[in-house]
Amino acid sequence: MRLAARHAWLALLAAAVLASALGVVYSKHQSRKLFMELQALQQERDALNIEWGQLQLEESTWATHARIEEQARVKSGLISPAPRDVVIVKP
Amino acid sequence: MNAPRRNGYPLRRAALACVFGAAALVLAWRAADLQLGAAQFLQEQGDARSLRTVTVAAHRGTITDRRGEPLAISTPVDSVWAQPRLLLDAPEQHPALARLLPLEVRQLRTYLEARVEREFVYLKRRVNPDLAERVTALNAPGVALQREYRRYYPAGEVTAQLLGFTGVDDTGQEGLELAFDHWLQGREGVKRVIKDRLGRVVADVESLRAPRPGRDLRLSVDKRIQYLVYRELKSALAEHRAQSGSAVVLDAHSGEVLAMVSLPAYNPNNLDEARGASLRNRAVTDSFEPGSTIKPFTIAAALEAGLYRADTPIDTAPGFFKVGGKDIRDLHNYGRLDLAGVIQKSSNVGAARIALSLPPERLWRTFSGAGLGQPTGSGFPGEAGGVLRPHQKWHKIERATLAFGYGLSVTLLQLAQAYSVLANDGVLKPVSFVSGARGEPRAVLAPATAQSVRAMMERVTGEGGTALLARVPGYRVAGKTGTVRKLERHGYSEDRYLSLFAGMAPASRPRLVIAVVINEPAGGHYYGGLVAAPVFAKVMAGSLRLLNVAPDDLASLKVAGLDTRMMARSVSGGGE
Repeated sequence: MRLAARHAWLALLAAAVLASALGVVYSKHQSRKLFMELQALQQERDALNIEWGQLQLEESTWATHARIEEQARVKSGLISPAPRDVVIVKP
Repeated sequence: MNAPRRNGYPLRRAALACVFGAAALVLAWRAADLQLGAAQFLQEQGDARSLRTVTVAAHRGTITDRRGEPLAISTPVDSVWAQPRLLLDAPEQHPALARLLPLEVRQLRTYLEARVEREFVYLKRRVNPDLAERVTALNAPGVALQREYRRYYPAGEVTAQLLGFTGVDDTGQEGLELAFDHWLQGREGVKRVIKDRLGRVVADVESLRAPRPGRDLRLSVDKRIQYLVYRELKSALAEHRAQSGSAVVLDAHSGEVLAMVSLPAYNPNNLDEARGASLRNRAVTDSFEPGSTIKPFTIAAALEAGLYRADTPIDTAPGFFKVGGKDIRDLHNYGRLDLAGVIQKSSNVGAARIALSLPPERLWRTFSGAGLGQPTGSGFPGEAGGVLRPHQKWHKIERATLAFGYGLSVTLLQLAQAYSVLANDGVLKPVSFVSGARGEPRAVLAPATAQSVRAMMERVTGEGGTALLARVPGYRVAGKTGTVRKLERHGYSEDRYLSLFAGMAPASRPRLVIAVVINEPAGGHYYGGLVAAPVFAKVMAGSLRLLNVAPDDLASLKVAGLDTRMMARSVSGGGE
């Protein structure tokens, strides 16, 4: 009886050890997987940030005042009205 | 059969046993030694060959103008680096790599050989994405890319000296990049990774320190006004074939800098072409004698002293007089002038006579109170303080010349700040480059004095004034011209001048203060009213329009009467 109880105890411990070992494996695997996911997301974030910065740069390059002015004056033939051409309406 | 075999070759067996036993002992001892004595060292060495701590780049904060338009952006670029030993072992890759970098193959080899002991050397920093891709495609052993950030300035030359630039390690080197470096700078993160023999990251082990990106900075500068100033100043420099020039635009109420331009400038995106002199932000780093632009403060001191009223007559005839053996001259004999006349005609004699009748301390207090010859505290790197000697040391001649702006030196930013005192009813708001961050306002002049001087300065742009070209249609403009002989080694120059104009509009309730200096105009004209005033007028007109400031001088414009208004109403009413 006593021996049987001891065996059962041992079996239980062995099972627990096995379970915890499997648990470690599982959680390690999970952590790897999540880490990879995190890496992928971080890379995506970085890529989007880069694109955002580059788009901002591109926008401000297209919108350089000198360029806008040239487009307005030369291409579209716009002028700023002389004061005598402006009619001011008093509220 | 067994016995002889067992007893056969006893010597040989013993010898063998000894040899093997000794070998086993040696091995065991070595194993124990390694395990017990050298374990830590070996562990470290092993890790050192696979575990690496690498930095994770953190980007520098963006600088924007007051409306959120980007002025400086960091965008990631790749730097090519190598492990010299690995790369040297693959000579067949060298020609292709050298062609991309571009380097001579021999140069590349010498460079690598000199650094063969290192694990990490940069081959080329901050390459464009296209090149980075081609380097990766080579797949050369020991060559990899490292992410870094490069700073771009979309406005280029327009904001060159104002913003300054950053060095290769992304730290501010000049201008506001340096002044606000601490704020803008990101902190690199550090992480531990496992790398394989070729230097590729196999796995991230842990993050030792998360990267902290730099904070964004919103300046008080308005990019549109900045460009306007740049354009007008540039065309003025070309027209008058001047050496250099600067201009400052201040918000009269808050003391915020709306624009600050120095020319010649450089392209901050390509520093190779930048030369020493053009790197300087002259509006802040160069001080000069302000000449006649100081006269409004002389008049203000006279009013504050209570010895003069706006209509007190001053006799400037015959247009010159002697002080301490030196002549003080006007261009013409203006005869009797009132205080406003002294400003309007820019009479040196009048200003000097007024100053000599005042206690020196009074003049000094007004000048230094307005921040002339005192650092502005703007924090701009390399800011010059200017010079205003203490009044106890003034000689008589100095008291006279100070009245018309010789014998002290100021920066353009100081001059603009001083004019903002007049614009702001006597209160000085320290200049700043960031919205919100303001120093303590100081009341420097009585409001009545400031208003009275402002009214006098309006006559400068009126009939008979020195700066008809500073007029802005629809607005009342108060300002003052200055034409200053440059101080040279042997005294004042006969043919090299500074042309100055400083002023404000709308004069009834000033919104903007603009100061312009043009250095050594060589196109024939050199009077402040002819060279600097037109720049002032164009910038002022454009800025007031951009900021939607209502005109305060409608009399000079056509104003539509009742009919137009009725029409507008009936049109809008018709849609209901």
